[in-house]
Formats: sequence, C-alpha cells, structure tokens
Amino acid sequence: MTAARATGVEPWTPTELVTVMAARRLATTGVAFAGIGIPSAAAILARHTVAHDLYLVFESGTLGPRPTTLPRSVADEGLASTAHAIVSVPEVFSYWLAPERIELGILGAGQVDRFGNVNSTTIGEYSRPRVRLPGAGGAPEIMTACRATMVVALHSPRVFVERVDFVTTLGHGDGAGHRARLGLQTKGPKAVVTDLGVLEPDPETAELTLTALRHGATVDMVRGATGWHLAVAETLTYEPAPTDSELATLRGLERAAG
Amino acid sequence: MNQPTDSLLEEAVASLVHDGDTVALEGFSHLVPFEAARAIIRQGRRELTLVRMVPDLLTDQLIGEGCLARLLFSWAGNPGVGSLHRFRDAVENDWPVPLEIEEHTHAGLAARYQAGAAGLPFMPVHAYVGTDLTPHVSHVGLVDDPFTGRSTPVVAPIRPDVAIIHAQRADRAGNVQLWGVQGVQREAVLASRRSLVTVEEIVDELPSQPGAVMLPAWTVTRVLPVPGGTWPSYAQGFNHRDEEFYGGWDRISRDRATFQAWMSEHGLGSAS
Repeated sequence: MTAARATGVEPWTPTELVTVMAARRLATTGVAFAGIGIPSAAAILARHTVAHDLYLVFESGTLGPRPTTLPRSVADEGLASTAHAIVSVPEVFSYWLAPERIELGILGAGQVDRFGNVNSTTIGEYSRPRVRLPGAGGAPEIMTACRATMVVALHSPRVFVERVDFVTTLGHGDGAGHRARLGLQTKGPKAVVTDLGVLEPDPETAELTLTALRHGATVDMVRGATGWHLAVAETLTYEPAPTDSELATLRGLERAAG
Repeated sequence: MNQPTDSLLEEAVASLVHDGDTVALEGFSHLVPFEAARAIIRQGRRELTLVRMVPDLLTDQLIGEGCLARLLFSWAGNPGVGSLHRFRDAVENDWPVPLEIEEHTHAGLAARYQAGAAGLPFMPVHAYVGTDLTPHVSHVGLVDDPFTGRSTPVVAPIRPDVAIIHAQRADRAGNVQLWGVQGVQREAVLASRRSLVTVEEIVDELPSQPGAVMLPAWTVTRVLPVPGGTWPSYAQGFNHRDEEFYGGWDRISRDRATFQAWMSEHGLGSAS
C-alpha cells in the first residue's frame, strides 16, 4: 500500500478508506483472486474482520494463504509461508483461474472508464506512449474468468476517464451485451469501490452509476472527480466511516509487514 | 583448491550467453537470478532478447546498460513500489537504445513457456478475450476448435536459447530442488536449449522436500553454487527480500545519471 499520510480533518488516508470499504463488501464471499496493493489489503483485512474463512488465491500460485501481514509483492513470504499449497504460475492460471471456479476477482486500476474497462498498459499511443504503465499481468483473465469482479481505485479525473486509452482488461466493453457477444458468461465488474463511493453498472446499460456515497462525500464531489457526466442512482446508500477497530486492524497488518 | 565462485559464474555465463541470444531469466518475485544477470551486464552482452514474465529490477538494470534489443514480458513494474524507470525511459524515449517489446498477459506468456516445454506446436488458452493487446502482440492467434468449431485463442511455443534460474539446492550430480513460489522456472528450463541454475547450496544428498520442484541433472546444462545470488530478491528458507533496496531503487533508477553512477560504483557500468 502507498504510504500516503492522513490529510485534512479525517483520521484516515484515502487508501485506508477505500481498503476498509472494499473489505466490508467481502462478508459473504467464499473465494477471491486478488491483485497486490489495495485489493490484497482489502482481502486480508476482510479475513481479520468480516470474512474469517475467505479463501484467497494469488497469481504467484499461493492457494489459501492466511497472511498476518500485508504483502509487498505477489510472491511475498507472508503469502508463501502461510499458503495451503503453492502451485506453478501456469497451473494457477490454467487450473484454478480459467475454468470460472473463482467467485470474485479484486483488481486495482490505473485508468477505468464509464463501462468499467481498465487500462494498465499505456497512456497515449501504444507505439509511442506518453506514459508506459506496467502492463497486463493477470488482470485480463481475472476479469474474464472470475464469476464477478470488484475494482478498487482512488477517485480522480485522471483515473476515471470517459474512455480508456487502451483496454487492457475488458469490463463491460461498449456497454450491455458486449461481454456476451464475446462468448463470456462471467459478470465482469459488479462494483467499483473508491474513496468517495461505490459505482455499479446500470442493470440496463452497464454504464457505471453512483450507488453509494461514503461518509462525508457529496454527489458533486464524486462528479467533480469523474471524467464523464456520472449517472446517479435514484436511491443512494451511505457508507459509514471506518471504525476505530477496522483502522486498528488494518494498521496492525501494515505495521507487521515492517 | 576450487576456483572461486565468482570466476566460475563469469565463465559459465560467458559460455552459455552470447550476443543476440534469447535468454529466459525467470523467478516470479522469488528466487530471481540477480547475480547471473549482473554477470551478463559485466560481460557487456548486447542485442539480447530477454524473456521474463515479471521484469523487476534485474531487467531495469539490463535495459539501462543497453544489453537488450527486445523484451517479452507480462508485467513490468517494481513490485510493491511503482514504475520501472529504466524500462519506461527505453519504451518512451529509446534510451539508451530502442527496446522492442512483445507483451502478453501472465496466462498467455506462461502458456508460451508450457508449449515450449511440452514441444507442442501451439497451446490453447483462456486468454486475451476483449483486450486491445492482441493487435499488438505476435505469437497469439486463433484456431477453430476441431471438436466444437469455436474460435479459440492459441499461443506459439517459446524456445529460448538459454534459461537461467536460481534454486535453493542441488546435489553434486546437479539434480536441482526448489520450493516456495515456483513461478514458471521448470517450464523455462525445459523449454530452453541450454540452462544455468545457480543455487544457495550444494549438498551430498538431497533431503526430501515434499512439494518441491525437481529438475533432474540431465535436464540442466550447468549448476553452480552462488549463495545469496538472488539478492535483493529472496530464497525461501535461506534469506529475506531486501525491501529497502526495492524501495530505494525507485530513487536510484529515476534519473539517468544517478543510475549510471550507481551501476559504475557497483562494478556494473558499461564504463567500469
């Protein structure tokens, strides 16, 4: 996780806030495939709060790790030494991820657009990029093979763009029906959790729509941080502030990582 | 008296890695073969094609010293820290030399190694659906499934000239044992024409290590003891990842001059 310090009046960082909000949504999840960063932090926090039996799988082939620290990399010793088993990278992708066995994928995003497509490849032209990002990693197959996906990101107009420069990872493509036309049966992104609220695909159009506001945020704040005219659900729910206990647990996991 | 390890490693790398070769350096953020990569840099190899799923700091150093003409990869970052600045500088600005890239998803590149190890003409994959990558990536195609008629993505095998990995242990005959996060090392060695395995220790008798990956001596060209050869990465059971170095690399690598000064100071600069 980034080391961003708490700013302003809130006693938590935006990263801590989104991690806590994402973790709460895992209460009924059985098996999750998580990326490293906010996704892994949220999944591990959930195992220590609302989902003690959450079974985790990471692309390093670690099956069922029970880490007591937040990992710095996908092959972190805290994952490797607490896993039920470690399988090879070809095996984790071919046997465990691809056949749609895994209930939920949890992914971060460099850029995400109004249909939940994710870019982690290039900003600008592919052949002459203005900014070269790390690339695909496991994300494209996590989003196509997990039965549903939760995306987590910090909310800013730089991240939330009308149309991604490059579709690294297919969300809802051009809108409703796109995934089905490609032969996919999985749901794709069912929620994008940010430090300002939660966006969910509209059931008719698949366009990301604001459905929940976090404690203290307003619709104007979220719209101001979104690069398109964001649709807002008729009824909004409200995400309570992180509790002292959630924050203490998260910070304990982070401190333990050194 | 045995030859010192350092000169044995230099000699092995010199005999196995030549200018223009396709070299797989594998280790999925664990058992990363850093010392062998440093030997490649010290020897000033040029025009290499590097195959490495998770390029990491090792690749940043090879790129910044101009050793690579081409990189096949699936995720190029500094794990847990951020960007690989030398990689970005090469792709964005052609510095110090242009770098051609072929990028895959993890599932796709892993399957290219599997096809290479298995001697298959291609490998069907559950991969690349709906991504913008495919128009830019060679070695990914579509075939009609002869059983259902459905169009199915496939990848071509990869057969590197040489694979280099680091493992925990080998015996005197050269049988190799590695455990923990095993990545794609077995596939990389079996797919390659030649291979070099550096190990933490060489023992008379390999102890039983349930769950370990085994590479029999007859599948490996050369095995050498290079204890600590995976620093700043780690070898489970022997040492820990040097988190401070991974964090500090961000500052060292961000600026060309700082990078070059650091490489020279550590005997890795092209000028040294």
